[in-house]
Amino acid sequence: MEQKIQTPITSEITSKLHSGDYCYISGEIYVARDAAHKRMNEALNKGEELPIPIENCTIYYMGPSPARDGRPIGSAGPTTASRMDKYAPRLLDLGLKAMIGKGKRTPEVIEAIKRNNGVYFAAVGGAGALLSKCIKSSEVICYDDLGAEAIRKLYVEDFPVIVVVDSQGNNLYETAIKEFNSL
Amino acid sequence: MKIISTATVVENVKEMCIRANHYLSEDMNLALNKAVDTEKSELGKKILNQLQENLEIADKEQIPICQDTGMAVFFIEVGQDLHIEGGLLTDAINEGVRQGYTEGYLRKSVVGDPIERINTKDNTPAIIHYDLVAGDSLKITLAPKGFGSENMSRIFMLKPADGIEGVKEAILTAVKEAGPNACPPMVVGVGIGGTFEKSALMAKKALTREFSERQNIPWVKELEDEMLEKINKLGIGPGGLGGTTTALAVNINTYATHIAGLPVAVNICCHVNRHITRKL
Repeated sequence: MEQKIQTPITSEITSKLHSGDYCYISGEIYVARDAAHKRMNEALNKGEELPIPIENCTIYYMGPSPARDGRPIGSAGPTTASRMDKYAPRLLDLGLKAMIGKGKRTPEVIEAIKRNNGVYFAAVGGAGALLSKCIKSSEVICYDDLGAEAIRKLYVEDFPVIVVVDSQGNNLYETAIKEFNSL
Repeated sequence: MKIISTATVVENVKEMCIRANHYLSEDMNLALNKAVDTEKSELGKKILNQLQENLEIADKEQIPICQDTGMAVFFIEVGQDLHIEGGLLTDAINEGVRQGYTEGYLRKSVVGDPIERINTKDNTPAIIHYDLVAGDSLKITLAPKGFGSENMSRIFMLKPADGIEGVKEAILTAVKEAGPNACPPMVVGVGIGGTFEKSALMAKKALTREFSERQNIPWVKELEDEMLEKINKLGIGPGGLGGTTTALAVNINTYATHIAGLPVAVNICCHVNRHITRKL
C-alpha cells in the first residue's frame, strides 16, 4: 500500500503502517548518526536533557555531503542502521517513534519498536542525489564540531521510504527475501 | 626517461575524485539497465528505477551519487623507467584527494585515528597500493569506497580440503550476512589464494575490473558465472527488500598460495561501484 505521512509520527499513525508499505513522509525530521548517538547517550548518562525533542520524533540515520551554494544539502542517502542499534532501544523508550535508515536491526531494537509502537523505515541506499531533492531545508541543531555527523533538523517533502519493521514487529527483510529465495 | 611532475599528479587526482563521485562507469550503467529488465519483484524494479533516476540527477545537478563519497583507494602502477619530479608521489596523491574532496563538495569521511576518531576534514590520508611495472607510464586507478558495504567484507582462511565447495560457501555466506546492509544490488569482489593480506587486496582490486573483461582461467570464469547465478537466487534483491537482482557481477582474482592454506577474501561493493583510471 502507498500512503502519505505527515510528521510528527504518532502511535495513531504507526498502528496503520504495515511492513512492506511504501510511504512518502513530509514535515520535520532529525538527522543523527554514530557520533551524535554516542553523545546523546553520554548526555543521558549524565542526567542531561537530549538536544532534540524526542517525543514522537523521527530520526534519519544519515551523514550528508556538503551543500553547494544555494542548495539546502548535498547527497543525502541513508546510512547503515545497525551501527545505531546499541542506542536505539533507550531512545525508543524515551519517545522516539520512527527511524529511517537501511539494513538489518537487532532483536533488541525490534522488541523496543514493538514495546513503543514504533516503526523502522528503509530509504534506498546509495540514492543520495535523488533523496536530497526531497529535502527542502537543513539546519544544524547541535554538535556542529562533528561535521557530517552533526545533528540536523530537516524539512522534507514526500520523502520516499518503505516500512521494514512495523509496530507489530513484522520484518520485511525476512519475509520478502523468503519469497524470492530459490536456492 | 619520462618525467612527470607532482603538480600533474595532483591535478589529475583532484579531477578523478570529483568525476568518480558523480558518474558511474559505462559497465555499471549497462548492468543496471539489464537488471531493470529482468527483475521479478515489483518493489525491486521500482528501486532499480530510482537508482537510475539517482544517476541522472547526480550527473545533471552535480550531486554525489551517494553521500558516502568514500575513503579514496588507489591502485598505482609506476613504470620503472619513469621519474617523478617535485616531491613524493604519495604526498601528491594525498594533495589531490585533499583538493578534490574539498573543492568538489565531497563528504570528508576519514578520521585520523581509529579510536580517538577526530575527522581529518580533508578525507586524507588515502589508501594507496603501488605496483612497479615495465615502461615509463604512471597508471592511476581510483576507487572511492563507501563503508556500508566495506563493513560487510570478510576473509576466510580455509583449509586445502575445503576446496572449491568451501570457496563457494564462503562467498555465499559473506553475501547472505551482508544482505540489505551493503546496499544491493552489489558487486562482489573475490580474492582466492595468496596470503591473508594478498587475498584481501585481490578482492578489492577485482571490484575495479570492467565487467566485460573476463578472467582467462576456465574454472575462474565458470565460478564467476555460477556464483552470480547463486547469489541472485538468494532472494535478497534491490535494497535487500526481496527480488532476483542481488548482485550485478562477481569478479574473482586468484594467485598462488601455500600448501597448507586456501585464503578467500570477499570484498563487497554496493551498486555505487566507483572506479576511474588514467594513464599519464
